[in-house]
Amino acid sequence: MNPASTQFKANAREALHDAQLQRALTNIRSGFVAKRRAALEILPEFEALRRAGKAIKEHALDNLDLYLERFEHEVEQAGGQVHWARDAAEAREIVLRLCREAGAGTVTKGKSMVGEEIAINEALEAAGITPVETDLGEYIIQLAGEPPSHIIAPALHKTREQIIELFREHHVKYGLTQALETVPEIVDEARKVLRDKYFAADVGITGANFLIAETGSAVVVTNEGNGDLTATLPKTHIVLASLEKIVPTREDVAVLLRLLVRSATGQPFTAYTSFFTGPRRAEDPDGPEHFHVVLVDNGRSAIAGDADFREVLRCIRCGACLNHCPIYNAVGGHAYGWVYPGPVGSVLTPLLIGEEKAADLPNASTLCGRCEAVCPMSIPLPKMLRKHRERQFAERIVPPRQRLALQAWAWLASRPGLYRPAVRVGVGLLRLLAGRRGRLRSVPLAGAWTQARDLPAPQGGTFIDAWHKGRRR
Amino acid sequence: MRVGLFATCLVDLYRPNVGFSAVELLERAGFEVQVPAGQTCCGQPAYNSGDRDDARRIARQVIEQFEAFPYVVAPSGSCAGMLKLHYPRLFESDPQWQARAEAFAGRVYELTAFLVDVVGMGGVEARLDGSYTYHDSCSAQRELGVREQPRKLLASVQGLELREMEDTEVCCGFGGTFCVKYPDISQRMVSDKAAAVKASGADTLLAGDLGCLLNIAGRLKREGSAVRVYHVAEVLADRTDLPGIGDGEDT
Repeated sequence: MNPASTQFKANAREALHDAQLQRALTNIRSGFVAKRRAALEILPEFEALRRAGKAIKEHALDNLDLYLERFEHEVEQAGGQVHWARDAAEAREIVLRLCREAGAGTVTKGKSMVGEEIAINEALEAAGITPVETDLGEYIIQLAGEPPSHIIAPALHKTREQIIELFREHHVKYGLTQALETVPEIVDEARKVLRDKYFAADVGITGANFLIAETGSAVVVTNEGNGDLTATLPKTHIVLASLEKIVPTREDVAVLLRLLVRSATGQPFTAYTSFFTGPRRAEDPDGPEHFHVVLVDNGRSAIAGDADFREVLRCIRCGACLNHCPIYNAVGGHAYGWVYPGPVGSVLTPLLIGEEKAADLPNASTLCGRCEAVCPMSIPLPKMLRKHRERQFAERIVPPRQRLALQAWAWLASRPGLYRPAVRVGVGLLRLLAGRRGRLRSVPLAGAWTQARDLPAPQGGTFIDAWHKGRRR
Repeated sequence: MRVGLFATCLVDLYRPNVGFSAVELLERAGFEVQVPAGQTCCGQPAYNSGDRDDARRIARQVIEQFEAFPYVVAPSGSCAGMLKLHYPRLFESDPQWQARAEAFAGRVYELTAFLVDVVGMGGVEARLDGSYTYHDSCSAQRELGVREQPRKLLASVQGLELREMEDTEVCCGFGGTFCVKYPDISQRMVSDKAAAVKASGADTLLAGDLGCLLNIAGRLKREGSAVRVYHVAEVLADRTDLPGIGDGEDT
C-alpha cells in the first residue's frame, strides 16, 4: 500500500469532520477501554505478568538468530518449510511462487498485519489469484476496498449502517435479497458466503501471533475460528510472520497470551487459540498437505540493531496503545496513512518507510504517556516518539521556520539578562490588549491557539520581577 | 531548611499569584523559600521538539542555579517531570553532568507531592465555597505518580466539595507546541475535556499545571462557560480573591 502519511494533517482534518467515522470511534471507549480495565481489575498479577512478558521478549530478541534457526529446524522436522524474506518484495515473490506451485486460483486469508505491510493482496490479484479475507473485519474492508484502520479491529471505522450497505452492494451476486439489520444477521451472511470460499481455496494464508522455536509452531488467536478454517482446509498453509514473533517455548506463549488477549479485547482468552505445527500427519483427521512459513525481515533486523528503537520489537500487536491514545481516538487509523496506526504505528512507520515520509506521525502526539502506561510489553513509546523528533531535527526534516523559532526561543531562554526584559514587554503587551477583560478572542500570530479557544490574559507583571521587588502578591 | 522555587515560565508570565501561593504554602510548612532570579524555562519546548543541544544548555543553566538547594519545588508536574526524569536522560553521554543531573533530580518535587509526601502536610487553612473537579495532568500522574496528593489537601479546604469528571486521566490536548502544530486535533481534545468538566457539574476546575489550565480555561471561556479556573496552589494558599484564569474584572 502506498504510504499517505505525508498527508497526515489533511487526513486528520478530514477525519475530524467525518461524522460517521466519529460515531464509529466513540465505541472504543465503551468497548476496548472499559473491557480492558474490567479484565485487569480481576488480575492482580498483571504487573508480574508484564515483567515476565517483557523478559521473554527481551531474551528472544537478544538471541534472535539462535531461536529463528531452531524454529526453522523444528518446522523442517515436522515436515514443513521455512522461507526467509529480506524485504517486502522477496516476501511477495515467495508467496506467489508457493501459490503458483499449488496451482492456486483462490486463496483464503486470516488476518495478518505483515500481509498488509507487504501488500500481499495486491500482489495476488495482479497475478490473477483471488484473495478472500476471512476475518469478518478484514472481509468488510476488502469489500470496501480500504486498508485496516486498527490492528485488531480492521473495520473499526465503519458503522453498522455502512456495513449493511456494503453487503447490500456486494452480496447481490450471492443471492442476498433482503436488507440485513442486526449484527447476527451480518455475521450469518458473511459466514454463509465464506463457507464456500474455504472449500474452494487452494491455499490458506494466515499470520502468526507467535512462533515457537522449540516446536516450530505458529500460534494464531481469533474469535471467529476463521484462522483454523483457513489453515486446515486448503492443501497448502502459508504462515506469514515477521521475525520478532519468535519466542523460545510454549510456556512463554502461555504468559504472552494472558497479556495479549486482556490488553486487546479484555477477554481472558480468545474463542480460538490454535497451534499449527507442520503439515497433516498420517494420524491427523485433517490438515494441509504443505506447510510453509515465510519469515519476513523487512527492516526488523535493522531495528533490532538500533539501540534507540530496538524495544519496539517487543510489540505483540494488542492495539491497547491505539485504544488509549487521544490522537487515535480523535482521527482514527486511516489518518496515519499506512499500515500501523496509533502510537506504535507512529514509532514503527518512520522506521519502515522512512523518516521524511512519516515526519508528522511522531510529532502528532502530546507525549501524554497513556500508551506506555497500558502497553503490556512496557514499550517506552513516548521516549521513542521523542527520539524520532531528535532524528528529524538532526536531519533537518523539521520545517525551517519552526526550527528557527525554536532556536530563537532557546537562545533567549539561555540568556536570563535578555529574557527578562523581553518577557516583561510581551506580558505587558498582552495585558494592554486584554484591557479589563480576562481573555483575548484573537491575538496576532496566535491563530492556531485562538481557532479553538480564547487566550486567557496574563494576570499582569511577572512573578520573578514582583518577587525581587519584595512584593508578596 | 531552604527550598528553591522553580516558578516555571508560565507561572512567571501568566499567573504570578500561583508563584506567591506556592511560596506561602512552603513558608507555612516552615521552609525558607528562595527564587533564583536567573530562572527562565525548563527547556521542554526544545527537548520535545528534538533539539537536544538547546535542551541541554538550558538544563545546565537550571541545574547550576538550583543544585545548592536541598529541595527544589515546582508548581507544575510537567516542569518537575522534566527536571526530575528527563534531565538525567539528556546527559546520557556525559558522565560528569549526568551525575550532577541525577543528584539534582533526586531533590526535585512537584508542589503538592512535596507538601504531602515530604512535609507530611495533612491539610490547609483555606476556604472556597463551591464544588471542584480536578484535571490530572499527564506528567504529574504518569511520570510522578501525583494523583491523591492534591485531592488530599483540597479535601481540607472548607466549603469545597469534589465532583470527579469522566476521563480525568486523559490528556487535555495542550502538549506544549502540539496545540499550535496540530490545532485541529488539539481542538477536539480540549473540547472533549471542557465537555467532561461541564458534565461533572462542578463550578470550579483545578489542576496543578498552568499549561493545561490555560488550555482548558481558554476553551471553557470560548464556550461561554461560567466555570471558575484556578491552579491548585491558589486554592490551598487561600488566594482566590482575584478573578479565575480567563476571567476578567468584566466577568
